[in-house]
Amino acid sequence: MALLQIAEPGQAAAPHQRKLAVGIDLGTTNSLVATVRSGVSETLADSDGEHLLPSVVHYAQDTTVVGLAAEQVAAQKPKDTIVSVKRFLGRSLADIQATWPNLPYAFVADEDQPNNIQLAVAGKIKTPVEVSSEILQVLKQRAEETLGDELTGAVITVPAYFDDAQRQSTKDAAQLAGLNVLRLLNEPTAAAIAYGLDSGQEGLIAVYDLGGGTFDISILRLHKGVFEVLATGGNSALGGDDFDHAIVDLWSQRWGLTDAANKTYYRELVTLAKATKQTLSAVANVHQECVLGDITYDASLSITEFNAAVQPLVQKTIKACRRSLKDAEVSADEILAVVMVGGSTRVPLVREQVSEFFGRPALTAIDPDKVVAIGAATQADILAGNKPDADMLLLDVLPLSLGLETMGGLVEKVIGRNTTIPVAKAQEFTTFKDGQTAMMVHVLQGERELVEDCRSLAKFTLTGIPPMAAGAAHIRVTFQVDADGLLSVTAMEKSSGVQAEIQVKPSFGLAEEQISSMLKASMTNAKDDMQQRMLKEQQVEAARVLEALNSALQDSGDKLLSPAELTALRDTMQTLEKAAQGTDTQAIKDAIKLVDNASQDFATRRMDFSIQQALAGKTVDTI
Amino acid sequence: MNFFTLFDLPETLDVDKAKLSATYQILQQLTHPDKFSTGSDQEKRIALQKNSQVNDGYSVLKNPLARAQHLLSLRGVDVKDEQHTMQDTAFLMQQMEWREALEDAQNDEDALWQFHTDVTQTIKSEYSHLSELFNEEADVTILANALRKLTFMYKFQEQVQQHLDKFED
Repeated sequence: MALLQIAEPGQAAAPHQRKLAVGIDLGTTNSLVATVRSGVSETLADSDGEHLLPSVVHYAQDTTVVGLAAEQVAAQKPKDTIVSVKRFLGRSLADIQATWPNLPYAFVADEDQPNNIQLAVAGKIKTPVEVSSEILQVLKQRAEETLGDELTGAVITVPAYFDDAQRQSTKDAAQLAGLNVLRLLNEPTAAAIAYGLDSGQEGLIAVYDLGGGTFDISILRLHKGVFEVLATGGNSALGGDDFDHAIVDLWSQRWGLTDAANKTYYRELVTLAKATKQTLSAVANVHQECVLGDITYDASLSITEFNAAVQPLVQKTIKACRRSLKDAEVSADEILAVVMVGGSTRVPLVREQVSEFFGRPALTAIDPDKVVAIGAATQADILAGNKPDADMLLLDVLPLSLGLETMGGLVEKVIGRNTTIPVAKAQEFTTFKDGQTAMMVHVLQGERELVEDCRSLAKFTLTGIPPMAAGAAHIRVTFQVDADGLLSVTAMEKSSGVQAEIQVKPSFGLAEEQISSMLKASMTNAKDDMQQRMLKEQQVEAARVLEALNSALQDSGDKLLSPAELTALRDTMQTLEKAAQGTDTQAIKDAIKLVDNASQDFATRRMDFSIQQALAGKTVDTI
Repeated sequence: MNFFTLFDLPETLDVDKAKLSATYQILQQLTHPDKFSTGSDQEKRIALQKNSQVNDGYSVLKNPLARAQHLLSLRGVDVKDEQHTMQDTAFLMQQMEWREALEDAQNDEDALWQFHTDVTQTIKSEYSHLSELFNEEADVTILANALRKLTFMYKFQEQVQQHLDKFED
């Protein structure tokens, strides 16, 4: 049940004005959803009071189960239960098989798109994007039930090192789950926001993230509201689970368990080890027994013994920290704050050693399992427009360079890594044969020089180039990267005035129509609902367009438009107003397009005018 | 796109860095797509375009070489990606001398540092010379040649730096 909120007059936005927005941490092991309520960012629990949703999806013939229930059947039905699907997002089959050769899943190759993997589960074919969207749907539903209304939008977090294909897949999964993505946010940046490190401070921040199965270290620079990721490092096969295994090994040795016994009781032993590890975060000694078959063993453990067992693992993470500092070309004493993320950072030895390495106490006040989701919710609240006066602005940088294949299998960089985004860059190419009418454009991401060492994002052919002598055609390839770090590429031949243009989406991502058809398919039982929903969406968009335009016109319509332009624009607005009152979805869409075209120049002039005004104001101030 | 106009700066080679940085902050607040996250698709699109220009402009204006290339391109000459053969024999000779000297010094850290200091000094004086040429409204062919020399020097400085980086490990 949603509780009524009581706020002092003027302190909070009226309930109907407040937009519901959430932050979602789509994690490898667990996922969470958080929102800002009464000025506090907090994670939301399910009906059992659980905040963490295990990132596990189980497919049966007729049903799909997500979370704890899926985790519980994972051992019996490994093939139909997808654990840690995040590892597969935006990856090719070759990548996955090289990294995890022993996965129990039935991967299916997609003939048309070799880079797009699929999984055969319970007689169905699912992509990692679809599996991820199941998790996101559960979180969306949880948020809507808790908050009592539909969500305006969501901020989804991604690891800082995610490339374009992985980011695109994450966004596709969110859209497929029916979420309006306000922004993709880097996980370490989200953690830093949760601690309020964005306000007023300048300097270097280390984010140490030790989860169940992965370890990430990121070095960020905060400068004038810009979070720049200087370096990321870690180990995708090191985490808290290894701590549990270390305890099991210790016991087996002490008790003289045979390999066979060890294997038979492994699950029970791991479960007990995990519980013991968690208890040792608070007390110095655990006294307990463990019954295996008909033998009772002494399973007591002291913190000293535990520390000795996991010390080599913690040292590995410290080594990775050292390497990342070197990559970032900074030293440990330059770090202003160390943020702890991930459940395994509760282990006292981890906290001690990390604090010691960086020479300052690590920040642990916020629950390390929730800190990323909490930071994402803070950002979502701002992006939804609930804090119109907030001047926090997160500027992100491109995590990996973008480039094009040139002759000889080499990559020519078009946009370098660490460039502030959004960014648009154009590069000109020419034909190398007389009469050449087509040109292959191959888009790559990565730092290496050879095509084979970089990630292939998209390949397309620009056709219809007028036949000319070699070198006479001018092909302009434009890269546009948006605030989420997502890329679109346009190519055009311009020398003869004949223009050919093509828009591509990375081959890993889903086309817009694919997403909407998948959305439709998931709602086949509710066809009317779907149509209702599309109509409502268009009506909401129409209202948004008209409202924005009306207030813009009131503000500067007379100044920036001629009377004739004003009349023409008003005509299209009336058409839209009329269409929006009807139930013809397509008519509303068309009318929006009409208004959009008619107001394009006005909107551009307004932006330029606001810049002129602001800069003129500044000049007066500084004189 | 004239980035000097966008950032409300005079069209000169030397820029007021404090003003450039302050203006960048203002332009970010006005044009970043996050500021339009509740706006219409049109507003988002225009913000994306404008903000991309702002980021591009800032990266060009804060980099001395890119700024010089941009200023010259506003005079109608684009030297950035050109394939141009220098006719200046004296300068070609100097290039060859530098290349040979770098070859000899590449395993001597002290010599490399000295070299780096010298090149940096030369760039500095050549840059202020170019700045004057711009202020005097010199002919674009003179400007272009001076800038080509500078472009070479910056590239050369980078090479010296790469040799120095080897001693870091």
